[in-house]
Amino acid sequence: MLPILKVDNLSKTYHDMDGSVTAVLDVSFEVKDKEFISIVGPSGCGKSTILSILSNLETKSSGKITFSKENCLLGYMLQKDSLFPWRTILDNCLIGLEINGKLNAKSKQRVINLLNAYGLKDFIDKYPDSLSGGMRQRVALIRTLAIDPDILLLDEPFSALDYQTRLALSDDVYKIIKQEGKTAIMVTHDLAEAISLSDRIIVLTKRPSCVKKIYDIKLTDKSTPIHNRQCKEFSIYYDKIWRDLDVHL
Amino acid sequence: MSIYNSEHEKFLKKRKRDKRIICFFQIAIIVVFLIGWELLARTKLINTFLTSSPSNVIMTIIKLHSTHELYNHIFVTVYETFLSFSIATIIGLVVATILWWFPKLAKILDPYLTIINSLPKVALGPLIIIWVGASINSIIFMALLISTIITIINIYNGFMATESNFITLLKSFKALKRQIFFKAVVPSNRLTFVNCLKINISMSLIGVIMGELLVSKQGLGYLIMYGSQVFNIDLVISSVFILGLVSYIMYYVISLIEKKLINK
Ligand SMILES: Nc1ncnc2c1ncn2[C@@H]1O[C@H](COP(=O)(O)OP(=O)(O)OP(=O)(O)O)[C@@H](O)[C@H]1O
Ligand SMILES: [Mg+2]
Repeated sequence: MLPILKVDNLSKTYHDMDGSVTAVLDVSFEVKDKEFISIVGPSGCGKSTILSILSNLETKSSGKITFSKENCLLGYMLQKDSLFPWRTILDNCLIGLEINGKLNAKSKQRVINLLNAYGLKDFIDKYPDSLSGGMRQRVALIRTLAIDPDILLLDEPFSALDYQTRLALSDDVYKIIKQEGKTAIMVTHDLAEAISLSDRIIVLTKRPSCVKKIYDIKLTDKSTPIHNRQCKEFSIYYDKIWRDLDVHL
Repeated sequence: MSIYNSEHEKFLKKRKRDKRIICFFQIAIIVVFLIGWELLARTKLINTFLTSSPSNVIMTIIKLHSTHELYNHIFVTVYETFLSFSIATIIGLVVATILWWFPKLAKILDPYLTIINSLPKVALGPLIIIWVGASINSIIFMALLISTIITIINIYNGFMATESNFITLLKSFKALKRQIFFKAVVPSNRLTFVNCLKINISMSLIGVIMGELLVSKQGLGYLIMYGSQVFNIDLVISSVFILGLVSYIMYYVISLIEKKLINK
């Protein structure tokens, strides 16, 4: 199958008054349609930078990014939910459509259906301050899905949550992404999360970060993320990736 | 359930009592002050020629009221304040928006804004009278000078302090600058606007009174100035009292607007 996204020799150098920092150096990878990919790497290695470049929030220094189809739409779920406190949950979810001029009765109904389907039915007309952290994150995901993107970019979507909410929500999010048939690229610090959710994991080195290794995650009995944590290959992957990350304190 | 209720009742009772105590002392302070003042004046312990007295003030106000002259003065001051308040708010909004839109321009103008803002504008009073003439125009000009710059600076700072995550989010949807402005910057600055209106109304009033003290033939500032020139302290204190009342009412109107704006 043709990859939906191909990144070749991507590099990014930030410049400021004190000098330059090369965050990303010669990173290449491919993403297939409907694949779930995780990017892991040491703190500050340039993971967010890669997502920002893909979604055009940052410019690249060099390299090539190719999408298989023209006008490939990307949805970026940022680390902070950034829900607007003055908008209701529904209006928050509609903001992407508003901006792209695609808000109409049909697209609005689609968003309402998404909210209904994913446990936010009673909160549609509420304001964000009445929601728990896990719910806010779910709203942020639906806001991203509202524009019907071809590829979802997720930057540490669960990092602000407590452990239990995090486990439960990662199950939810996985389910939502699979049901909506989306391709996803997720950045995370949490190896267990990456292994339990992903089809493939890209391990980055320290800054300037390049690709250290790419793992095809093959689990026997693969099902939901929580369940995947019990697969026998899980700890083997965990060990290997942990060693790749080469963490020294 | 019953325990909860009785406890809740106790809580409510305490709340009510606290409220009453506070209210009592608030009234007591003003009553004691007025009675004390009146007594000192009656017993000639203070010189009413210099300090006036509550009864004198009331008499003066009644006299002003009966000649209808009072309302003319109040009207002039309120009118001038409202005019400069509106103009300052509009200029402030427009200029702050332009500065937000063109960051380079903001950087270029930054030192000038700071200097003008820190300059005590009263110092320009005589100059304004020479340039604009001793008329209502120079009063408005004075008030504008005082209120506009601070409005620009406050609103611009509010705009710049817009949560950067909100802007990044909109940019991730490929929002235009105009969309970022109207969908994130403006709504997240509702509080800034209200605070600005509050500061602005006070500043405009200060400017107007200052202008009236300097040049005018009408208005509460003129009344105060005139009173002091003919050494009619009763008139001066009555005017100050009315001015306080007027400014409180203006502030109250703004806080009504605030309530409207803050309710989502
Ligand atoms: N706008 C910027 N200007 C200058 N340097 C930047 C900028 N953004 C990021 N950097 C630098 O680039 C490097 C990579 O940043 P990035 O945020 O991509 O890392 P990350 O892997 O997402 O980190 P974390 O794990 O902490 O989220 C960091 O060292 C950071 O200091
Ligand atoms: Mg990051």
